[in-house]
Amino acid sequence: MPAVALSTLAPGEVAVIVAIHTEEPLHQRLLAMGFRTGKQIELIRRARFSGPLQVRIGTTDILLRRNEAAKISVRRP
Amino acid sequence: MKRIALLGMPNTGKSTLFNRMTGAAARVGNWPGITVELLAGKILLGSDMIEIVDLPGIYDLHGFSEDEQVVRHFLHDNVPDLALIVLNATQIERQLSLLLQLKQLNLNMVVLLNMADEAKKFGITIDTAKMTEALGIPIFLLSAKYGNGYHEAMQAITRALRYTTPGMAENLRDQLKPDEQMESEMARVLQHSVQVPARLPDNLTSQLDHVMLHPWLGLPIFFGIMYLLFQGIFFFGQPLQGAVNELFGWLRDAAVEPLLSGLPAALQGLLLDGVYNGIATVTAFVPLIVLFFLFMAIVEDTGYLSRAAFLMDALMAKMGLDGRSFVMLLMGFGCNVPALMGTRVMRSRSLRLLTMLVIPFSLCSARLQVFVFITAALFSPKAAPLVLFSLYLFSFASAILTALLFKRRLPNNEPFVLELPPYRFPTMRQMVLRGWHEVYHFIHRAAKFIVAGVVLVWLLTHLPPSAAPASADTWAGIIGAWLHPLFEPIGITPELTIALIFGFVAKEIVIGSLAVIYGLGGDALSHALAQQLDWVQAYSFMLFTLIYTPCLSTIATLRSESKRTSFMWFSIAWSLVLAWAVSFLFYQGARMLGY
Ligand SMILES: Nc1nc2c(ncn2[C@@H]2O[C@H](COP(=O)(O)OP(=O)(O)O)[C@@H](O)[C@H]2O)c(=O)[nH]1
Repeated sequence: MPAVALSTLAPGEVAVIVAIHTEEPLHQRLLAMGFRTGKQIELIRRARFSGPLQVRIGTTDILLRRNEAAKISVRRP
Repeated sequence: MKRIALLGMPNTGKSTLFNRMTGAAARVGNWPGITVELLAGKILLGSDMIEIVDLPGIYDLHGFSEDEQVVRHFLHDNVPDLALIVLNATQIERQLSLLLQLKQLNLNMVVLLNMADEAKKFGITIDTAKMTEALGIPIFLLSAKYGNGYHEAMQAITRALRYTTPGMAENLRDQLKPDEQMESEMARVLQHSVQVPARLPDNLTSQLDHVMLHPWLGLPIFFGIMYLLFQGIFFFGQPLQGAVNELFGWLRDAAVEPLLSGLPAALQGLLLDGVYNGIATVTAFVPLIVLFFLFMAIVEDTGYLSRAAFLMDALMAKMGLDGRSFVMLLMGFGCNVPALMGTRVMRSRSLRLLTMLVIPFSLCSARLQVFVFITAALFSPKAAPLVLFSLYLFSFASAILTALLFKRRLPNNEPFVLELPPYRFPTMRQMVLRGWHEVYHFIHRAAKFIVAGVVLVWLLTHLPPSAAPASADTWAGIIGAWLHPLFEPIGITPELTIALIFGFVAKEIVIGSLAVIYGLGGDALSHALAQQLDWVQAYSFMLFTLIYTPCLSTIATLRSESKRTSFMWFSIAWSLVLAWAVSFLFYQGARMLGY
């Protein structure tokens, strides 16, 4: 399966993080929040009007905008 | 005196632990190397007095946000004798990274894995003995909220304080190991000591979020909750307010007046019509304010504010802001000052400044007092809630307009990434502590600003002695007349102008100073206002009060948080211009329509 952007997942879909292409400060923050390559990530829901996404990594739920999610590549199992 | 610093990621329960350790006896202090204020408290541990400092939550030591810089500078310039690291046990898998970073600083450390109660519910097991062994740092499970494990933790802290702290790295950031190395170390520590179930049970939070964050129902539910909150505040608060009013009236007749009867007339006037009336009128609002903050605190504690950020982010993005800005605006409904300080989590300076520019338009609880009083005096009980509601709309509208106007000058592309905590419900103990904190805060402010304010108003309206009190010949009358050309077009009388000048210091003084200017308190003041003003004037006055600069504390905070005096002046000037323009449009418009 080819890698896709996190922003393209549908609610309820689970995938594995393969790469994070954000600039340095955000990369650090994402690492601290648990975004690491090889980790499982689930897209929980999307907000209306192109609003943020809610994702789950392990026991942590995180909100992030679609722009940011587009910079994270994941692979569907 | 030895010093303990509380360190950890945001939302791990540092404040909860801090409150448990220090009781309510904390104060805000200044520290070398940093410009922001931190909460600190002293407690007796064993036989020594120890100082505890609550540092802002941070994600990692590399961080670029203001909070992360504060922590780095603090650690550098005030090396603590013990660093108390608070981690969320349910998120130990990832929060371990911060611990491993901190470990490289060679500080004397004790680690507390907080929220042990939640971890247990999630089925997460942590073997602290194995972890302690793997890391060489004492580690304990704790539930700061309910107190489990607190005793053992305190004993460990007392023991650890006997050792001196080994040292502190000169240049924190350069010393940190590369991430790959950290990752393998994390895996090594976790492997034997932590077990997390593969899939979490579908818990209350997921079920609640299903409704609260529903694609279509989410926003209506949000507004419904806000509406119910305000209804609740007034439903419970207004009877209490009436009771306090009566109590003060009775006290005046029964005790204060007889007690002061021996004094010279002028002094009696100052004390009774100045200080007593002023304070009594303001104090009547204490129940309302305490309820207000209590409800806000509950909403904040439940984790619903992050949900509000989720729901509103798309709209806020159109104004150059983000979901967190919206949460700060909501916090501003309580008090603008902590809301302004809350913007520290933003890394982009433009986003921070834009958010700080809109926060002062949040209708804070002090302004609410003015509006409650005036609407009760001039509008029918049926219309009053609608009038109040319309002022909240104006509050939002001013913020939106300001953001739209200035977003191009303060552009940002700050990423919006936010943790969504599970729903939590505060304990009775937490609520009582919070309520008490608000009462204390109010009394503190009252002592500082309100008494001085009402005394000054009394002097202005009674001097020089030759002038009849509150007449045009008094100093207040002269100032009022001088400013009249500016305020006449917006329907604001000289008396109200004086109140507005004092409102610049703090909005709590506005009603108190009207009480002094008219020499009347409570209901009598309401009647006097109703006689002198019509509703158009009153509404124009409220609009001006809503939009112009909230108070001196807000101004000071704007200055200290932006570190730019020019920004502070800009905010003052813009809010004055906007206040005048809106009042002018409203007043002249209403008059033109024949009201
Ligand atoms: N279940 C549970 N909740 C806790 C515990 N400690 C703190 N909390 C809650 O976690 C939230 C964040 O706590 P707070 O002290 O504000 O965290 P801080 O941001 O680190 O200062 C609040 O809602 C607390 O009531 C705990 O031991 N167990």
